Amino acid sequence: MQRYILIRLIQSVFTLIGVSIIVFSLARLSGNPLDVLLPDEADDETFERISELWGLNDPWYTQYFTFVKNASRGEFGPSFKWQGRTAMELVFLHLPATLQLAGFSILVSVILAVPIGVMSAVKKGTLLDTVGKLVALLGQSLPSFWLAIVMIWIFAVKLGWFPTSGRGGFDHMILPGIALGWFSVASFMRLTRSSMLNVLDSEYIKLARIKGLPEWKVIWKHGLKNAAIPPLTVFGAIVVGQMTGSVTIETVFAWPGIGLLALQAVNARDYQVIQAVTMFISVLFIGMNLLIDILYAYIDPRIRFT
Amino acid sequence: MTSTQEIFQEPEKKIGEVVLEVKDLRTYLYTKWGITKAVDGLNFHVREGETLGIVGESGCGKSMTALSLLRLAPKPAARTVSGQIILDGEDILERPESDMRFIRGQKISMILQDPMTSLNPVYTVGNQMVEALGLYYKDEGSKDIKGRAVDILRRMGVAAPERRVLDYPHQMSGGMKQRVVGAMAISGTPRVLICDEPTTALDVTIQAQYLRLLKQVQADTGVAIIFITHDMGVIAKMCDRVMVMYAGKIVETGDVRPLFKNPSHPYTKALMASVPSMDESHVEKLYSIEGQPPALFDLPVGCRFANRCEFADEKCVAEYPPTFADEDGHTADCWRLEGQWKRVAEATA
Ligand SMILES: Nc1ncnc2c1ncn2[C@@H]1O[C@H](COP(=O)(O)OP(=O)(O)O)[C@@H](O)[C@H]1O
Ligand SMILES: [Mg+2]
Repeated sequence: MQRYILIRLIQSVFTLIGVSIIVFSLARLSGNPLDVLLPDEADDETFERISELWGLNDPWYTQYFTFVKNASRGEFGPSFKWQGRTAMELVFLHLPATLQLAGFSILVSVILAVPIGVMSAVKKGTLLDTVGKLVALLGQSLPSFWLAIVMIWIFAVKLGWFPTSGRGGFDHMILPGIALGWFSVASFMRLTRSSMLNVLDSEYIKLARIKGLPEWKVIWKHGLKNAAIPPLTVFGAIVVGQMTGSVTIETVFAWPGIGLLALQAVNARDYQVIQAVTMFISVLFIGMNLLIDILYAYIDPRIRFT
Repeated sequence: MTSTQEIFQEPEKKIGEVVLEVKDLRTYLYTKWGITKAVDGLNFHVREGETLGIVGESGCGKSMTALSLLRLAPKPAARTVSGQIILDGEDILERPESDMRFIRGQKISMILQDPMTSLNPVYTVGNQMVEALGLYYKDEGSKDIKGRAVDILRRMGVAAPERRVLDYPHQMSGGMKQRVVGAMAISGTPRVLICDEPTTALDVTIQAQYLRLLKQVQADTGVAIIFITHDMGVIAKMCDRVMVMYAGKIVETGDVRPLFKNPSHPYTKALMASVPSMDESHVEKLYSIEGQPPALFDLPVGCRFANRCEFADEKCVAEYPPTFADEDGHTADCWRLEGQWKRVAEATA
């Protein structure tokens, strides 16, 4: 297990290097930040001075190595747009809002998806299963920004039940939480259902019934723990998907999280902030997957010993 | 495992009252190909301390019969459409499903074929035994229940059972797992134990040990065993009586000795001819039955074996034979017995 974790950590480093190259190049492809940040009437001298100050005149490889050197210490330099703040400060400033929304929507998706997935496997072919499949289909096919806008229009504008945007009390979380969780409910549910169907066909489920165990125990004890393994492997991807998916949702709902921060940074060509947000999410993604693998070994004892 | 092996003698047989009587049992599977008549009008009984064998080629409905007795035929495809399963004088098909929890494991239990897949990989062996024992001995504390689990494992020849209960299934050999499955099956002291090809997946030597263990358990508890196999050799070693099953029906029944001496259905003869030689160096089939059994969703009107039978004539093809019996209760469904044996039941096909 330790060896396994070590190998995974080494792999992660290489992944991060790959990500850093892509992020670095893509950020620069968007153009020169000074074109957007400086007022139109700024003269060439100011332009030149600031370019020099921010290191924009250095050759690309010098810029890249400065970026990597700083990044390895968790520093991404000062923001261009938000003067006086470092990029990392901005990420941490916006992180709680994103975590709150993602946490809420993951919680809601798991609470909804797992029982529906299990029950639609158990009651395969019944009305419940059909409704479940319909929800899954809608979840996969309706884009979340569309859902977000429709929900705002109905529940916030027409009915006035929830605020249209911004961060505030619990009621502010409902609409963006649903919009964000919509897709993951569907994918979780589909995975839970198909994995549960497989498990229900197995001999140990038959044996559990032969022993005379009550049906709820057959399903929720013997079935679910085995069926949880495949959905768990995508859990990491879904969690991080929530955070990155939040770029759209946070923009639509003006939710002040890192998604909104990323969008604003891209618009301002604020390289440092773009790099900080992206690298931060990548580390999160890799860390999450590692965590899931360890959790996976915890659920399935066959993995623990190899 | 050594103790049972070394001092083993054939335990004494005590055959008692009828514990299970099955009448006209039919379990059909409603599939997209049509109605698969996997269990099609079975009549049989088994007594305390007796071992009844069910033998037949794969796909003839043996496992479906076994699951039907527990009312666990795979839903929603399978339905038991008629019949009676009289266990200790009561028809369990009449009971509500909620009562089956007290019947399964405690009145009638089962050992499945493949020990590699019949234990849940994510729970320890002890956990899986204790959860069932907790149902069977509701009034006992967890310490007593654990003690019982260890005792039963020891009885099934599991060495160092105190430690084994902490193991996960993947830490055990196939033979050991099958002993655990056996231990679970007898832990509720059932009246009837169904063994569905329990040794097919095991090595030959482990197989023999396992069969001896089952006999010992039977001698100790008087449990009635329904022993399912496709191997006539195992029937000869294990059973008192045997039923030969073909395409969802019983085609011949009788005590093992007379039936082996005088097999009366051509299918039984063919099965016996295909017994592998006892000599291990020579295990290939001596004879295998030509042709295929009919599809269970598209059965012929006449004898189901007719297309493979060297003696078949027009009558066999036109009409399913009635059941004929000799004076010792040896029965067979074959037109060739007409006039020789007494006609005891009309064809129900
Ligand atoms: N879940 C199922 N769905 C449809 N048909 C099945 C199912 N299980 C078994 N069958 C069919 O029922 C028949 C009897 O199967 P089974 O009782 O398992 O045979 P055996 O145990 O004698 O090998 C076979 O023809 C098989 O194809
Ligand atoms: Mg079978």
